[in-house]
Amino acid sequence: MKPFAYHQPDQIPDAAKLLTSIEDSKLVAGGMTLIPTLKQRLASPVALVDLSKLGNLKGITDDGATITIGAMTPHAVVAASKLVQTRIPALAALASMIGDPAVRSRGTIGGSVANNDPAADYPAGVLGLGATIVTSMREIAADKFFLGLFETALEPGEIITAVRLPVPLKAGYAKFKAPASRYALVGVFVAKFADGVRVAVTGAGPGVFRVPPMEAALSANFDPSAIAAIRIDTDGLTSDIHAEADYRAHLVTVMAKRAVDAALS
Amino acid sequence: MGNVIGIGAAPKRKEDQRFLTGRGNYVSDIKRPGMTAGVFVRSPHGHAMLRGIDKTAALAAPGVIAVLTGDDVAADGLGSLPCGWGITDAKGVPMKEPPFPMLAQNKVRFVGDMVAVVIAETPEQANAAAELLEVNYEVLPSVVGVLEAIRPDAPQLFDDVPNNICCDWELGDKAAVEAAFKKAAHVAKLSLVNNRLIGNPMEPRAAIAEYEPGTDRFTLWTTSQFPHVVRFLMGALVLNIPQHKLRVVAPDVGGGFGVKQFHYGEEAVITWAAKRVRRPVKWVASRSEGYVSDRHGRDHVTEAELALDETGKFLAFRVNTLANMGGYLSTFGPNIPTNLYGPLLGGVYTTPAIYCNVKVVFTNTVPVDAYRGAGRPEATFVLERIVDVAAAEMGIDRVEIRRRNMIPKEAYPYQTPVLVQYDSGDPMGCLDGALVAADVKNFGIRKAASASKGKFRGLGYSTYVEACGLAPSRFAGRLGARGGLYESATVRVHPTGQVTVMIGTHNHGQGHETTFAQIVSDKLGVAFENVDIVFGDTDRVQFGMGTYGSRSLVVGGAALSKATDKVIAKGKKIASHLLEAAEVDIQFESGKFSVAGTDRSKTFEEIAGAAYVPHNYPLEVLEPGLEEQAYYDPVNFTYPGGCHIAEVEVDPETGTVTLVNYTAVDDVGTVINPMIVEGQLHGGIVQGVGQALFENAVYDEGSGQLLSGSLMDYCMPRADHLPMMKVATHSTLCTHTPMGVKGCGEVGTIGSPAAVINAVVDALSHLGVTHVDMPATPNRIWRLLQNASLPVAAE
Repeated sequence: MKPFAYHQPDQIPDAAKLLTSIEDSKLVAGGMTLIPTLKQRLASPVALVDLSKLGNLKGITDDGATITIGAMTPHAVVAASKLVQTRIPALAALASMIGDPAVRSRGTIGGSVANNDPAADYPAGVLGLGATIVTSMREIAADKFFLGLFETALEPGEIITAVRLPVPLKAGYAKFKAPASRYALVGVFVAKFADGVRVAVTGAGPGVFRVPPMEAALSANFDPSAIAAIRIDTDGLTSDIHAEADYRAHLVTVMAKRAVDAALS
Repeated sequence: MGNVIGIGAAPKRKEDQRFLTGRGNYVSDIKRPGMTAGVFVRSPHGHAMLRGIDKTAALAAPGVIAVLTGDDVAADGLGSLPCGWGITDAKGVPMKEPPFPMLAQNKVRFVGDMVAVVIAETPEQANAAAELLEVNYEVLPSVVGVLEAIRPDAPQLFDDVPNNICCDWELGDKAAVEAAFKKAAHVAKLSLVNNRLIGNPMEPRAAIAEYEPGTDRFTLWTTSQFPHVVRFLMGALVLNIPQHKLRVVAPDVGGGFGVKQFHYGEEAVITWAAKRVRRPVKWVASRSEGYVSDRHGRDHVTEAELALDETGKFLAFRVNTLANMGGYLSTFGPNIPTNLYGPLLGGVYTTPAIYCNVKVVFTNTVPVDAYRGAGRPEATFVLERIVDVAAAEMGIDRVEIRRRNMIPKEAYPYQTPVLVQYDSGDPMGCLDGALVAADVKNFGIRKAASASKGKFRGLGYSTYVEACGLAPSRFAGRLGARGGLYESATVRVHPTGQVTVMIGTHNHGQGHETTFAQIVSDKLGVAFENVDIVFGDTDRVQFGMGTYGSRSLVVGGAALSKATDKVIAKGKKIASHLLEAAEVDIQFESGKFSVAGTDRSKTFEEIAGAAYVPHNYPLEVLEPGLEEQAYYDPVNFTYPGGCHIAEVEVDPETGTVTLVNYTAVDDVGTVINPMIVEGQLHGGIVQGVGQALFENAVYDEGSGQLLSGSLMDYCMPRADHLPMMKVATHSTLCTHTPMGVKGCGEVGTIGSPAAVINAVVDALSHLGVTHVDMPATPNRIWRLLQNASLPVAAE
């Protein structure tokens, strides 16, 4: 690890100011991606701005049609939350599948969404539910938030404060774990709302994406059989030593069916 | 006063007191006054000419004490890292043995090859300075696969090694095999790849070296399975340090699996540097560094053919293998795919003629050497796979074809056509036991239950034997070993009757401190708690070859048994003197020396005390003291083996293979501590399952980059990958080791890969699948099913 300055502000404006005034500064939430990167000397920020002392970034509230999860809420808290388990059980299940117990205790929803790892679980849930990313500056719809490999719509100095998630009629998440890393080789989140179904896929490509043909088919008939014959295009899907693109494409269909099964069970 | 805990008991492990309370003493725990930090600069290229190194910026960095490169090594006239085995080709021509400099000279040959060491006050400063070292590489194309490396137009690693072939080795009667194939009713053929593995011990490698100018002595603390061998190889052959001026300590070591049984360049560089900077130097590898520098294992490409008569009897077996050696010859490198492979191709069968050709090939990859099982898992995999292929092609049941060819119990000792003579064994007994334990007769019911869930269930057998207890020196010497392979033990009885054993093997997880104490407790009748085992320090232990090849109990335990017998013999002399009886009339039993036919006796403690108070001793025939030493060189290998049965379930939708049941019935000879044996079998099986289903070291052809260089990309088996295993022993006694022991450290790893893959093939055989290469990953299985045109559950 290379030396860096460390700041622990207690007000969001202070954090934002540090972030914009110090070139090469970085936010640290749970640090589950950043700390290993620092230890391997692959990143060398001049300063770290730790979000852990900011007030009101932790906790889960029921807003009726939505639930709001504070950005610094760890995965383990979401997984164990009676509220999430009752209102959006698929999201609690998703949180329980992230990493291992240590990662779930430290890693946060805000950190995961801001990092936008192409194989992370939360982006599938957030996009699949059509959630809203609440930041220090504005509110961003999930459809406009995830821009590709580790890229988001966040502006310099913009800090995620919460994620607001619509409560679906039904939802399910199915994850095919990469055997070594346990990230999603392919993860599919399916959510049924009164006005239609959303299907979001993580792990398969350079970023989370929706599958309109599956959404249409499931909106007409919310059953695994409705999408069994839908194959997604392999163009743009990831191919690596763990899985080739056509296998990932196949897994999208399999995991989507299993997600629908989970939603129905 | 504690109890005798003898052979066959299962006490809790002595060493676990410190391990489970966080009081172990590992190399990275050690701190020396004035200690500096060493960091290695490694080649980022698979193959490149070194066109110069500019140290200026690195030397100017804060805290930097020294930067040393291959030029400094050459200027000091130091040796190359030695290879412990010299094999020869069919015509007796020695293998090509290019030098393996401890820091690269002129050329780098794999990603991770060491170019320089930076020594600074702190590891952070050393790391920062290492990034400033300017190394001018002229990058060359890399070749990483054996098939590619032997092509005439392949990149050449060494000017004097044409086609990258180190040695074209063979074993067996080629003509007899050819004749048998001509008469065969059926010939089964199989092409396979034995995947490259990375050992991944929990504790990364580390070393600290210190030089004391006052005594001109060096001390090296290193994560080694064999400190005396490091002292010899490094002191005598690399650094020119006299043996009496070099102490090598291997304290607690967190797992080895073979990875730590080699002499590595890092420990030599650190030791050399400690004298140059006149301060202790410490190096601790990161996990990432381990991936590109710990010696890798396996990596074969093989074509095999089995000739059978019309009844399914094996007539001859022919195997052609290309074995990857990596960029240089490591300590045991060329021995593994040859001498530890070819002689195992007979398996538990009566195959009368066997021929094996192995081309040992250099590539731009980490040097390949022994990894748990070393050569024998590869041999077992080829043989046990082709037996299944032959059975399927001839329509003979897989168990039946094995029975028809198995060596019957009464045929032992059994001379194979490939050098080795099995002293004892009962493969049929192991098979019968495993069939029952695995509930094979109800497999059909379980298969139907899986089918009703849309899953394919398969059963796989591996009936196997291995050669361990390395090794009879005379035999090994004929095969090219440059050192002996005996072991030594000293039994020191203190005046109060407690015992300290100094033994040349090394305990890094195997439970030696417990097993060896049980042997001493049993034989001398002293309390288990009154026996301590000392190992891993060349200043405390007389000599030793270390721990590998399932040799610790077989060879080290035999030395210990022999030394203990000498203590008893000396004790009888003392008792004879004290009890005023003839020595021949003294009996020793249950910790007591007594005069036959009388009630006169002395306890072991009384004899121990008298040994150190030699008043009235007949000094011309009896020396004071009670300490004995023995060296033991085995007369043969030992041949543990058994039957493993794996049961898997395949999800055809995703290609996922789940191991649902695993049964092993093994013949390991006498069992000293059944709990420890069971643990060794569990661990060994898991490593074999890892090879079969998960682990794969993958290099990028051309660039030579390791693509699976982290735990994120290299899949180690985990607890939730595994079912509860059924493990049992069905032992015949070894006829030539003192206690009848055969060794158990590697059997699990040797028997299991074939069992698992045979089960996977069985599960998919109805689709025409005849072979699956390891690891049987979901992607690979799915691809096979695609090619088999399976109507995959698209309901």
